[in-house]
Amino acid sequence: MYAQMVKTDGKGVKAPEDMTPEERHFQARIDAGEKIEPKEWMPEAYRQNLIRQIGQHAHSEIVGQLPEGNWITRAPTLERKAILLAKVQDEAGHGLYLYCAAETLGVSRDELTEALLSGKMKYSSIFNYPTLSWADMGAVGWLVDGAAIMNQVPLQRTSFGPYSRAMIRICKEESFHQRQGYDIMMKMARGTPEQREMAQDALNRFWYPSLMMFGPSDKDSVHSAQSMAWKIKINTNDELRQKFVDQTVPQAEYLGLTVPDPDLKWNEEKGGYDFSEPDWSEFFAVLKGNGPCNRDRLEARQEAWEEGRWFRDGLVAHARKAEARRVGVGVAAE
Amino acid sequence: MSSEWPLWEVFIRGQHGLNHRHVGSLHAPDAEMAIRHARDVYTRRNEGVSIWVVKSGDIAASSPSEKGPLFDPSNDKVYRHPTFYDIPDEVGHM
Repeated sequence: MYAQMVKTDGKGVKAPEDMTPEERHFQARIDAGEKIEPKEWMPEAYRQNLIRQIGQHAHSEIVGQLPEGNWITRAPTLERKAILLAKVQDEAGHGLYLYCAAETLGVSRDELTEALLSGKMKYSSIFNYPTLSWADMGAVGWLVDGAAIMNQVPLQRTSFGPYSRAMIRICKEESFHQRQGYDIMMKMARGTPEQREMAQDALNRFWYPSLMMFGPSDKDSVHSAQSMAWKIKINTNDELRQKFVDQTVPQAEYLGLTVPDPDLKWNEEKGGYDFSEPDWSEFFAVLKGNGPCNRDRLEARQEAWEEGRWFRDGLVAHARKAEARRVGVGVAAE
Repeated sequence: MSSEWPLWEVFIRGQHGLNHRHVGSLHAPDAEMAIRHARDVYTRRNEGVSIWVVKSGDIAASSPSEKGPLFDPSNDKVYRHPTFYDIPDEVGHM
């Protein structure tokens, strides 16, 4: 999802008898639904895992501004432009909430930023796809934010207090994102034949990448089992993907658009749709850095960081001068 | 010169005369910028009418290991709660 394939130490879930008393107490608190707060004892692996997961989530919010930022200057009306600006600003805010949550675990903001810029830490695969037409702004809001919400709603109950609180705040703001996307899709789908075609094309291109957001099937993954025991992951990737498809297909039907999957079929018995898996080799290629836009996205972030340096430093210099002046005045008055 | 901006804790007073409430934190070079950033990050939807910021490093906090000694003493003082006292129905609401 926004955090895909976060690795744990790979040893799987410890049996209670293999745990230290501290670990047992910690697990019991999580099982009882208690929140873990930053200064409290936690296993090192829990801490490291959360830094990776929350960090990746934060990076996704920040990089996620780029595909939509691409259309701000070309929005078709002033109202759409104002809406898109507000949405992109929200994503920046969401990134900041999450970075702050990660920082409570003992990693600094600069370390996180540098890990993103050097490619050491990942962000969601979805943001490595280009946004080629205005209809993509609809598809991104509807599908990408829709998939994100699917993942984030359960994470409000995650065991780590600061992460849970960030998720609650984000979820409150997120539904506007999905609705404005669907609103764009409705407008396009009811527009001229060309606009309809653009809407269908956007759905065609974003459908499978959206399904990939949930990550590969994790039925057998030791990483998932440990994360679920720690309640830093609440549902399996497959559960969330199924839920997303079941929710989205009727919405596509309402728009009169066709989901690009010839094998999509309602399965009465399971009470959900059967659908085709995305091409996982594409997913792994994108994650490795070989998606259509990986290089552009990282370069844009590096450029923003480098070209903003003089300004960040200037503000620090000003703050220090003002502080020195204040101290100086205080001394003189005594 | 590359130095990370210090961390600030942000407190917002909502619309209805409630206390300032902790809403999160952010980095900023000084208090003035911290308030500006807090406006952008934490009040995009009319969440507040007043902002406090304080450097995170200036906050003194109780430690989790003191939880027992600090908070247990109030556990056995049920007489501090109004429900401890039985007032006859005839007396009416009190």
